[in-house]
This record gives sequence, structure tokens and C-alpha cells, in this order.
Amino acid sequence: MPMLQKTEPKAAPPPVEKIKVKVNGCEVEVPKLTPDWQGKLVPTTMIQACAAAKVDVPHYCYHPKLPVAGNCRMCLVEYGTQALGPDRKPVFNPDGTPKIAKAPRPAIACATPIAPGMEIYTDTPAVKQMRQGVLEFLLINHPLDCPICDQAGECKLQEYSVDYGQSASRFVEPKVHKPKRVDLGPRIVLDDERCILCTRCIRFTREIANDDALGIVNRGSYNTLTAYPGKTFDNNYTLNTVDICPVGALTSKDFRFQMRVWFLKETKSICASCATGCNIIISSREEKIYRYEPRENPGVNSCWMCDYGRLNYKWIAREDRLAQLRSPKDQVGVRQTGPDGRERPPANSQAKWGAVLKEISGILERAESGSVAIIASARQTNEELYLLHKVAQRVGAITDSAPRLGEGDSLLLNADRNPNSAGARLIGIAGEPMGSNLARIAARIRDGRIKTVVVFGEDVTRHGIGADLLGRLDLLIVSDILPNETTRLAHYLLPGCAYPEKRGTFTNAKGQVQKFMKAVEPPGEARPEWELLHELLFDVAGQDGARSIEGLFNQMTAEVPAFKGMTWAALGDLGARANT
Amino acid sequence: MPQEYRLILKHADQPGYTPGLDCYLRHGGYETLKQALTRAPKTLPDGKTLSGPEQLRDEVKLSGLRGRGGAGFSCGLKWSFVDRKSGKPIYLICNADESEPGTFKDRQIIYKDPHQLLEGMIIACYANDVHLAYIYIRGEFVEGAKILNRALNEARAKNLLGKHILGSGYGLEIHVHRGAGAYICGEETGLIESLEGKRAYPRIKPPYFPAVLGLYQCPTIVNNVETLCAIKHIAAMGGAEYAKLGTPNNTGTRIVSISGHVKRPGYYEVEVGKVTLGELIHDTAFGGGLRDGHSLKAVIPGGSSAKVFKAGEKFKLRRKGPEGREVEQEIDMLDLPYDFDTLIRAGSMSGSGAIIVLDDSTDIVEALANISEFYAHESCGQCTPCREGSLWMSKALHRLTHGEGREQDAEYLAKIADNIPGGRTICAFGEACAWPVQSFVAKFKDEFVAKGKADEERRAKENRAAKPVREIELTLNAKC
Ligand SMILES: Cc1cc2nc3c(=O)[nH]c(=O)nc-3n(C[C@H](O)[C@H](O)[C@H](O)COP(=O)(O)O)c2cc1C
Ligand code: SF4
Ligand code: SF4
Ligand code: SF4
Ligand code: FES
Repeated sequence: MPMLQKTEPKAAPPPVEKIKVKVNGCEVEVPKLTPDWQGKLVPTTMIQACAAAKVDVPHYCYHPKLPVAGNCRMCLVEYGTQALGPDRKPVFNPDGTPKIAKAPRPAIACATPIAPGMEIYTDTPAVKQMRQGVLEFLLINHPLDCPICDQAGECKLQEYSVDYGQSASRFVEPKVHKPKRVDLGPRIVLDDERCILCTRCIRFTREIANDDALGIVNRGSYNTLTAYPGKTFDNNYTLNTVDICPVGALTSKDFRFQMRVWFLKETKSICASCATGCNIIISSREEKIYRYEPRENPGVNSCWMCDYGRLNYKWIAREDRLAQLRSPKDQVGVRQTGPDGRERPPANSQAKWGAVLKEISGILERAESGSVAIIASARQTNEELYLLHKVAQRVGAITDSAPRLGEGDSLLLNADRNPNSAGARLIGIAGEPMGSNLARIAARIRDGRIKTVVVFGEDVTRHGIGADLLGRLDLLIVSDILPNETTRLAHYLLPGCAYPEKRGTFTNAKGQVQKFMKAVEPPGEARPEWELLHELLFDVAGQDGARSIEGLFNQMTAEVPAFKGMTWAALGDLGARANT
Repeated sequence: MPQEYRLILKHADQPGYTPGLDCYLRHGGYETLKQALTRAPKTLPDGKTLSGPEQLRDEVKLSGLRGRGGAGFSCGLKWSFVDRKSGKPIYLICNADESEPGTFKDRQIIYKDPHQLLEGMIIACYANDVHLAYIYIRGEFVEGAKILNRALNEARAKNLLGKHILGSGYGLEIHVHRGAGAYICGEETGLIESLEGKRAYPRIKPPYFPAVLGLYQCPTIVNNVETLCAIKHIAAMGGAEYAKLGTPNNTGTRIVSISGHVKRPGYYEVEVGKVTLGELIHDTAFGGGLRDGHSLKAVIPGGSSAKVFKAGEKFKLRRKGPEGREVEQEIDMLDLPYDFDTLIRAGSMSGSGAIIVLDDSTDIVEALANISEFYAHESCGQCTPCREGSLWMSKALHRLTHGEGREQDAEYLAKIADNIPGGRTICAFGEACAWPVQSFVAKFKDEFVAKGKADEERRAKENRAAKPVREIELTLNAKC
């Protein structure tokens, strides 16, 4: 995976050679070499030096994780270098400072390497004028359909127009017209008139996704982005091009026309569709999720995520979400729905949860050692698995998780489709190997040794513990999100949360412990599993732990060796590596 | 009396001279190559030895040869930039894309004396330790490509190419690659992309200087057809001797293509700087003067992308006076010596050596519209200013030449053009499309203004003459 920088600790890093340059008169010291899009060390460029000086250089085609193209020309700057005399030795001013010779021509900041003593000017009238010129050129043939464009609000053309645009257009010629609503592939629609031909999408698709599917045809102003003739744009990474497209040319069929971006609330989260754990932003409004977008994490997913994971969120808002707490004594209550169509918890929900959890803890407390099995999905969070593991220890239960395998690829998608297999392993709830206890549990149910089964987040009927076996149990306690054969047979059904409805951490395949925040409210009576497990454990063990996810996480890291030394706060946005 | 000086075209137009190898050999062909390949290492006074190839490179440096493809860059210096320590192969590409409007010199060599080009190339390759070279030939030169391939086969058969050329330890292969009909393929990095099988999008420099990261990311030399022929003569006569041709810093001979409103349009080989622009246009040895009854209006001195000169235009230039001291002189456009440096100092360039002469019958706005249409069509479209600016200018000029002009269009065009050149674009095409507009509009502003004004007045009259528009009463729809 060339795109990911290794974060494994290395032996003492070699000293970094630094260069001093001036940006608009302010001196900054920057490394002489900087990793390029492949992580290879190459000479630091002006745009990186400007960033170090906290000076923004407007740009369209430049993207730190893609090869440099240098085609938009928005990043043009003026600069000077140390003047050399006829003897090729530096010339000095009377005051002893080196004399700077201003270059006769501007340079693109995204591709021009810095040199010691270089002075970069980004705020001269000439630079401003060049930016205005480029922007005007980009706009003359642009359709300006902001009112109906999905990019509006996060569009670089709009943003830079505020800074460098002119209020009136002097362009009086007919515009160039190009194809609109091009069905580029199963997930992407292209508007060629909006495309500013920055080639970011082409470079991503060719270099990162290894699919030479996109290209440009025709000449000059008629340049048109297209998929290779006869080919559709269909790989598992196509939607990343929508993210990096600086304008509204590439739109996601899933998100198109669904919501204005400025209404969206952004929540930092993790994709739970495989063990890679790509870092994401969840965009939601009024408890509804509208899209997932990748969030940069150099050690995990760079700036990308796969289409499969990105679009795998619809289940969260499914109509048939489990939203009602169910116990054997229950009569089916009256469902109440809120204005958003989702179920609202009944007024007495709190009390009901309390009573049910007490009942369950009572039963577990009395259970004979060896008569209980706990099957906990590797889709549950570290904290939940930790609590379940404690319950298991307390009641002497056999435990396991269920493996979930698919096809992986060489980029991001892991064949392990559980987001937290590593967590299940490190915490010790999974069998060795994962799933190896399931047959054992089935056998013991059959021979009557196991009478109580607790299932969190799996349909065990698909893992060798069929409905017939479940029917023999004295007690089946199930927590889940969506209905299945197991939840149908449950005596106690504890509706849980989809991960965007709670906080917690997952441990990815590399052992990176990563946290996610809550984006939306759960439906009906559903509650975060860690919360109810905490209550349950309190009842079972008489122990009180932490009442917050922060406290719970810190308690877990104090007890689980692999997580030793971690704190919730120190996880930050990028997570921390477990001691594996 | 200024005369042609035929060095490269010495034989090309002689009666009975054919492009075949036999004919070339009869005229002393490939003798220079033989000598070059057998050059003994030379020991310098300081004890260092110079290999044969190193000596050849020194000769080229000494010759002062400047590239004939358009930029006039020192050939010796270009070769000295080649990264010889990379461990990667070094490639040489002959740029035979000749597409700058007005230029028709390289094709004379290709069609009439292809072996001279091959000999020049082989020597240049030997001098630079190149073992694989390409001739990138303009797609439209279908016959030229055939001639070159025939010549290559003849050379291979005679062991002038291949392994152990003429028994030396040196091996070289040359392939012909035909372009697909795009002007931008003449730009060296666009050419390299095209040769690699990609769209001819010129590369950004830095980092992709051909001398370091050229063809297949290996060090690469790109030279024009005429430049490579000059190499053969430099190897034959020695750099110092070659440098005696022409004028200081503008050495050797150049083939000038003269077209437009002259009596004798054609190609003429001259010593660089020994002949003035006026002589090239008017002298009977060259252009032979304008058509009878016409006077000169303008000259484009270096291919259609060069800035235009207006008849009667005067330049204040510093030149060596009679006593050898530099003095400032006022020189008429026609008295400019036709060389690299003077034309640059006069604000234009000798570019590809193509002189386009426009007489008083020319509608200058039409002429510019024609040029701009070409550049709008040929912009590769990679970078913003050139992509959008070239078509914008062309559309405005189309309007101006089709009765839809405005008085302000001269100003309008100049402002668009000013946003394109000067390092704002990836390649020099930005200059190529902007310079004609900038210079035509600046120097013939009154004609642009007059044309726009006339259009505006005519339209105003037509509008008045047209039936008055029926007044429409606006009634508000009660529902809205
Ligand atoms: C837009 C553009 C078109 C060019 N077309 C040609 C061409 O057709 N033939 C050519 O020899 N050089 C052409 N050049 C110049 C080449 O880029 C390059 O400088 C030249 O081939 C180098 O050879 P020389 O040093 O022998 O002149 C062109 C340059 C530009 C910017
Ligand atoms: S579609 Fe977007 S990313 Fe692709 S070239 Fe056009 S503007 Fe750039
Ligand atoms: S690679 Fe895995 S974690 Fe990343 S987006 Fe795809 S499914 Fe989600
Ligand atoms: S200047 Fe014009 S021809 Fe050159 S790269 Fe840019 S768009 Fe292409
Ligand atoms: S960011 Fe586009 S040219 Fe530098």
C-alpha cells in the first residue's frame, strides 16, 4: 500500500535537515525534504513552506496525496533567490544581509522546490492579479449553476471567487457547452460544464485506485473529462473522486440533491464495514445521516475510503430497526413515533430498562457456572466487549465472536468485515481462533449443559446455533439493532445502538484503537450497549465503574494489557496503537 | 550583395540529387561519422584525457550553435545539462514536428537529404552516449516518414546503424514515430508524452526537465532537425570554424522560410545575422520584394507566434559602432539583422526562422483572427490561462470579423492576452497564443478600434431602421 505512510516506530530518526526561507517577509524554517504522495522524501515545495508559515496559497489541482499536476495555475507566486555575482558567489547588501534577486517570472507554488534563502511573495499586486486572471478564465465558460449544484457551500470556485472574483463578467462570447448529467458509472454523475479540468480525479483513479478509467478528450477549451470509451467508471474507490473534485463536476448519485451541505452536522467517526477502520466524517441533519466522507489518517486510510464502506449506512435508518425493549412478561406496548417518523421512547422507558436489567442480572447471578454462553459480535465496541468479558468472568461463561469474511483488496478493504476483531481478540472474548467456540457452545446446548445464552449483535442461527437449539434454552438474552431469527426467538430483547448513535472505540486490523463520536439519536427505547452493560454488571457484580464512556475507556485500559497506558483523551482524532 | 550560404542545403536542390544512400555517399556522406567514431582520445596539458564523444561535445560548445527549433537555446549548454551519472539510458529525440505556421525548412531536409539528418543524429548520439533515438515526425508528413524509414533501412544495411557501427564498439538504433496531428507535439515535453503513448500534455518544469527526467523518466535530448544537421557540419569542420559563420553569439547558418506577399516565397539558407530582415524580403536573392503595386504593412519575423513588426517601426538598439564601442542606434525594422539576439531586443524573435510578410492588402484584424483560431484549436487545454484564453480571444476576433465588433474590443483583447504569458502557463504555447494578439492590437490599435466602431454604428443604424418593437404592457399576474 504505497499511499500509507508507515507509522511503526523506527529506530532513532535521522536528524531532519532544515532550510530557512521567507514567506512575505516572515522567516520560517522547514525541512529540506518532505514526503510526497507516495511517502517518498522529495524537496519541499513553496506551497508547503507557505503552509508552515501559515500562509494560504489558493489552489485547485494540488492535492498532497496525489502526484503534482501543476495545471490550474491558481497557486502562482512571485519569489526571489539569493543573488549571485559573476563569480557565482552570493552578493550581499551593505548591511550584510544577502541580496535577493526577484525572479523575472512567477512560479507555481505546488511544484517549485524551495532553496535556502528563498523569499516567497504571495501578497504582491502581481500575484493577486494572476489569481484574478486564472479565476476569470475558470469562470468564463462555467455554467454558474450554484443554485442547483451540490457542491455549493463547499466549492473552491465559490470560495476563491469571494477573494479574487470580479462582480461583473466582461465575457460577452457564447459559452462552450459540454455534456451534462453524464452517467459515469454506477455511483457517479459527471457535469462536464462544471469541470475545471484539474485532473485530480484522473490522477486518483490511475495512481491510487490503479484503474486507468478516466481521461480527457478533445483539445483546448473543449477539453472534456470522460470515462474510457466503452468503460464505466466502476471500482470500489470511485466516490473519493467526488470528495477531491474541487467543484461540483463529480457528484455522488447517493448524495445528489439530498441536502444542502451547510445544513449538515459533521461528526468524527470510523467506518465499521471492515477491519481497516477508515476514519470518516458523518454528515447528518436532524437525526438523519446523509453521507460518509473519509477523514485523513495517514496511518490508516490516508484521505480515502472505499465505496462499499461509504454507502453502507442505510441500515441505520431502516424502518424495522429494533426499538422496543422486550421481556417475557411484556405485553406489546403502543409504539410512539416522533415527527421524524422514528420511534420515540415511551415515558416509562427508563424504569422499564432498570427493571429488565435487574431481572437479567438476577438470573445471571443465580446461574450455575458453565451453564451460560456469551456470544458477542466483533462489531461491538472495545468497551462493550470489555464489559461482556467481565460479565462472562463473573458468571463463568464460555464466550466467542463470529468471524465475518469477505473479499479484500490491496488498497483498503480488509477481508475481515468486522470492525473490531482485534478488539475481541485482545480483550479475550473471542475464541482462539475466533468462532472456534461456537460449535462447542452448540454441542453444550444440545446436551443441555448450557441453558442460558447471551447474544450481542449476531444472528447465531447463521453460525451453527440454529433455531432448534435456541428453542431448547431456558433463557435467550439478545441485544441487536435489526431483526433476525435470533432476535425473534429472544426472551429478552435489548435494542442496541448503531455505532453512529453512541460513542466508543474499535481496534482495527493493525491494532489502532480509534474512537468515534455520536452523530444521531437512537430510535425508540434503544440504548448504547455499553451503558446497559455497565448497569447490568453493576447489578451482577455489585461493582460500580465509570458512568461515562471516558471513564469506562480509562478503566478498561487499566485492566486490559494490550491497551495499557491509553486514555480516551490521548486517543485524539487519529487513535493509538495497541501493544500487540 | 547578400547571398545565400548553403551549408545544410548544399546538395538538396542540385539537379539529380536524390534522397538515396548512394547519392549521399557519392557526395561524401557519412565520412564525418567515420571520423567522429574513430576520434582518438586527447590528452590535455593538465593530464586529463578527453574521449572522442567528450571532444565532440566540446566542439559543439565551441561552435556556439543555438537551437533551430524555436527557442534558440545554446545546444552545447543543453547537452551539458544531461544527467550522465543517473545510470539510466540517455535518449535523443529529433523534433521533426515542424508545425509552426510559416515554417517549411525541416521538411526540405527530410524529403531531399534524409541521410544528412541521420548522419547528424548518429554523431549527436555518439557524442552523448545515446543508444536509442527517435525521430518524431509530424503526422501530416506521410511521405517524409516513408523517406526516413527507407533511409534508416539503407543505413542499417550498410552498418551505419545497429550494433558496432562501422566496426566501432558503438551501437545505435533510430526509430521513426509519426505524430497524430497536433501542434503541441512540437513542444519538447509534449512530444515526449506523445512518444510515450500519452496525450501530448506538456510537462511541468521543474521537475521534468528533459535533460534529467525526459522520455520514460530518463535523461533526454530533444533537438530540431536543422540543429542536428548542423551537428554534422560542426563535427566536420570543427566548432571554431563553424563559429566563424554568422555573427558572434549567432553563429552558423539558418534556413529561413519566407512566405506571404513576396514575389519569391521559399526557403533560403543564410549566415545568421549577416542579412537583414529587409534584405530577406526585398532582395532578389531572397523574397524578391512585394507584389507590384503593393507596399509593406507588417512582418511576422519568426513564425506565427512571434510578435509582429509594423512597417516603418523603429527600434533604439545598442550596437557596436564603427570604433567597436557600443552606441545606441535607431534602426528601422527592415534594417534589423536577422539573428537571434537582435530580434529579441527588438521585442520579437526569430523563432523557427519563418518570415511572414503582409502587404497593404491585408486586413490586419482578419489576419490576427486567422492566427488566433489556429492557436485556439491547438492549445492542449491542460492549463487554465492558455486553455480558456486562447479560445476567448479567438471568439472575440471571430465576432470582430463577422460584423459583431465593439469599439472596446481592442482593449478587451489586450486584457485577455495579458493574463496568459510570462510564466503563467505550463509551456511556451501561452506566449505563442498571446504574443500575436498583444502585438497586433498594440501596433494596429486604430484598425481594431475602427472596425469595432463601424460595427457598432452599423448595428445602431439597423436597430433604428428596424420596426419599433411593439410595447408590451406588463400586467402582473394576480397569483404571483
Ligand atoms: C508550442 C511549441 C511548439 C513547438 N514546435 C516545435 C516544432 O514543431 N519543431 C521544433 O523543432 N521545435 C518546436 N518547439 C521547440 C521545442 O520545444 C524545443 O525547444 C526544440 O525542439 C529544441 O530543439 P533545438 O534546441 O534544436 O531548437 C516548439 C515549442 C513550443 C513551445
Ligand atoms: S471532474 Fe472534478 S476532479 Fe475531475 S478534473 Fe474535473 S474538476 Fe477536476
Ligand atoms: S476499507 Fe473498510 S473501513 Fe475503509 S471504507 Fe471500506 S469498508 Fe470501511
Ligand atoms: S500553455 Fe497551453 S499548450 Fe501549453 S500546457 Fe498549457 S494549455 Fe497546454
Ligand atoms: S495548485 Fe494547480 S498549479 Fe499549483
